Amino acid sequence: MTSIRVFTGIDLGSTTTKAVILDENAEVIGRGITNSRSNYDVAAAVVREEAFVRARFSMTEERMRRDPALGVVGNAFLAVLERHFRMHQHLDQLRRLRKSMLAASETPRHAAHAPALERTVIEIVDRMIDRAHTHFAEGAVRKSDFFRDVAAADFMQFAEEQSDPRGIAFETLCSVFDAAILVVENTIEGDAFNTHIRPALESVIREKREMIVYGDALGRAIDDVRSVDIIEAETVGTGYGRQRLPFPKEQIRSEILCHGLGAHTMFPNTRTVLDIGGQDTKAIQVDREGIVTSFQMNDRCAAGCGRYLGYIADEMNLGLHELGPLAQQSRNRVKINSTCTVFAGAELRDRLALGQSREDILAGLHRAIILRAMSLLARSGGIDDEFTFTGGVARNAAAVGALRDLVRENYGQRTINISADSIYTGALGAALFALRAERKKVAA
Amino acid sequence: MIREVQKEDSMLLQKRLLSDHFDALERAGDEGKKVVYTFVPGNLNELVRSFGLLPVLPEINALQSGMRKLSGNYIAEAEKHGHSEDVCTYVKCDIGMLRKGNIGPTGKRLPKPDLLLLSYTGCFTFMKWFELLREEYDCPVAMLHVPYQASGSIDAHQRDYIVQQLKSEVIPKLEQISGRAYDEERLREMLRLSAKAEDDLVWVLESAKNIPSPIDAYFGAVYYVGPIFSAFRGTPEGVEYYATLRREIEERVAARLGPVTPDGPMKNERYRLVVEGPPNWTSFREFWRMFHEEEAVVVASTYTKVGGLYDTGFRHDPDHPLETLADYCLGCYTNLGLPTRVALLERYIRDYRADGFLINSVKSCNSFSVGQLLMQRELESRTGVPGAFIESDLVDPRYFSAANIKNRIESFLQMLDQKRQSRAAS
Repeated sequence: MTSIRVFTGIDLGSTTTKAVILDENAEVIGRGITNSRSNYDVAAAVVREEAFVRARFSMTEERMRRDPALGVVGNAFLAVLERHFRMHQHLDQLRRLRKSMLAASETPRHAAHAPALERTVIEIVDRMIDRAHTHFAEGAVRKSDFFRDVAAADFMQFAEEQSDPRGIAFETLCSVFDAAILVVENTIEGDAFNTHIRPALESVIREKREMIVYGDALGRAIDDVRSVDIIEAETVGTGYGRQRLPFPKEQIRSEILCHGLGAHTMFPNTRTVLDIGGQDTKAIQVDREGIVTSFQMNDRCAAGCGRYLGYIADEMNLGLHELGPLAQQSRNRVKINSTCTVFAGAELRDRLALGQSREDILAGLHRAIILRAMSLLARSGGIDDEFTFTGGVARNAAAVGALRDLVRENYGQRTINISADSIYTGALGAALFALRAERKKVAA
Repeated sequence: MIREVQKEDSMLLQKRLLSDHFDALERAGDEGKKVVYTFVPGNLNELVRSFGLLPVLPEINALQSGMRKLSGNYIAEAEKHGHSEDVCTYVKCDIGMLRKGNIGPTGKRLPKPDLLLLSYTGCFTFMKWFELLREEYDCPVAMLHVPYQASGSIDAHQRDYIVQQLKSEVIPKLEQISGRAYDEERLREMLRLSAKAEDDLVWVLESAKNIPSPIDAYFGAVYYVGPIFSAFRGTPEGVEYYATLRREIEERVAARLGPVTPDGPMKNERYRLVVEGPPNWTSFREFWRMFHEEEAVVVASTYTKVGGLYDTGFRHDPDHPLETLADYCLGCYTNLGLPTRVALLERYIRDYRADGFLINSVKSCNSFSVGQLLMQRELESRTGVPGAFIESDLVDPRYFSAANIKNRIESFLQMLDQKRQSRAAS
């Protein structure tokens, strides 16, 4: 049995928790992300598991490339395999959800209508299972990658359809779901790759009959990867929840340092870093080695952070990912001054009542957020070339557009780097610190 | 070997001094003693006491209320009476305390003022504060206007202007209230005592140049400056306190001991910091813990100079009693222009061999906060020593976000560490 040594960085953010796994050559072999929920310990475990799944997919890719029998199969196959893998994972979670909901239905407060409630729950989950196949069909687009979001959307729709004011009320179903989803979310699956990869391969072959000729070789490749022993040599935690990680103090780094180092690694010429996370915004200056020379953070008010966009999305009944594209359709941007998260709903309704369009309001909101970030950047010493934008908000095209405009207006031409994996910057920095810690130990 | 009991002598003495003073204030009415309310920066304690008058310092009451977790209710009370959320929280804490019965920090009722002695430096809010108190108490006000020291040095005309006001406005009012004539000999005697205590205080503050520093020159030193910033400058008790304190610190220096914190002595000194700005009082211990848990010690601070700047050489001079009071007022830290503040901090960073400096910016205190970001940038470029910027408040518990501030401080210290390592590697 072969083994590899890996280095894990975990970034426990306020909204999402991220993990990055590096191999001994500092190559990223796995990433994971999950919603942080109320339980950071679980979030850390889930995200680590997720990164290990990704790591084994990377290893599968590598293993396939080296296999003469599989050289022709290519990466497109891996994408299909992963889609099926996710579906099996999702189905497994649905089955656990059903079990938890049935358990919740048995509590004394539902005693009077338990059989009917259980029947309805089973019917709803059956429909969710059917729907899951659509969610993971070829070319399907999911609103969210998180089980909670997808399951909740489906459940609400079916519960509304199947509830009956004279029998099982919608509210009853929701309360059962709320209790059960927490149980599912807070249970760590463990060994997900090894559990689901074989069934996933089988269902790929059922979907794509032409793959049957590679079936045996693929099965061998997957079994090889399944048997690799992954040894987690060092782990470093960062982010808001880092104090909750069961690590000794040396294994915990501030997110400032991690973002600085992560951004430097992604873009080695980085001198200024802007990170807009769920509840804080950081402006960081780094030197040519990625060492932080100064930084500024918001600390008395979280206005204008990622969470603000989350509230806006909720208020507009939209997915977080839908905000940016809508804002980009604006033709007449509204000027917005307040980015207070708590007042966001009122501000929004007020604007809508004035007859302003959602697109124009959203464009204004995005600019307002970036304006706050510009003030923080100015405080930290301005924007030097090159400038790297990280954090969840860097995924939002409208926010990026506003940033580009304001950087040009205030600082002139700057190279602006945004990685597709920018949300993992902090976790990457943490993983690099883990690797450095190991190298230091070896050197000593 | 340090004797445990000796270590606490100065603390016990300070506690006794304060409690005696508040007891005396409570009895003032019955004993026919007259009371003067006045402010810390630019206070004329020797002059006031030379007339046999008792001083009350509302800022000290406010910060004490903050430390004793009473300020939140006082501020709410003041807001109920129409004071805005953004107003200086010392003012609101004081007004709230007054509205709730004027019970001082030691639990004793404070007497009403017979005079509001508005000798203030650097902060315009002080004037508004006493304007409010004048409404509340309907009592006379004596105003001493101290010009801002914008040029970085004291001009003769500034000194003359203050002396003139002392003669024509302050002393006559003090005579009137006390029923006593101005006694210059007595004032000189008190100023002699001031200078003596100031010598010892400066020695104590400068002991932080040692490595390891025997004191924390911010969190620890706010206790050290307590007596001299409040009612005890120019008194034999003040002299005794500083002599006692100095002896204790001498022993710590000899034994190469670090500072004593509320959680015990600091064993290791990992970071030496300079701090600008007042501390947060409502979470004072928690705030301090964020530093000493990381083995960070503050070696110099500007806040401990707001009631008098002595480590640049100024001492009260008994030979020129009114002129020296003028110079004292002009030289308080709050009365200094930005270039002078930057120069002072730069000197602290170099002389005390600081690894970094930190600015605690208080939103409701404009006199301190305006320009602090510029100061940070200027200091960084002059010294190459990194600075950090945090935001909190004086006594409003709502404006201390512990998790964020801790995060900021930890990040800053880790940054210092990283820099140190990269310097060592290259």
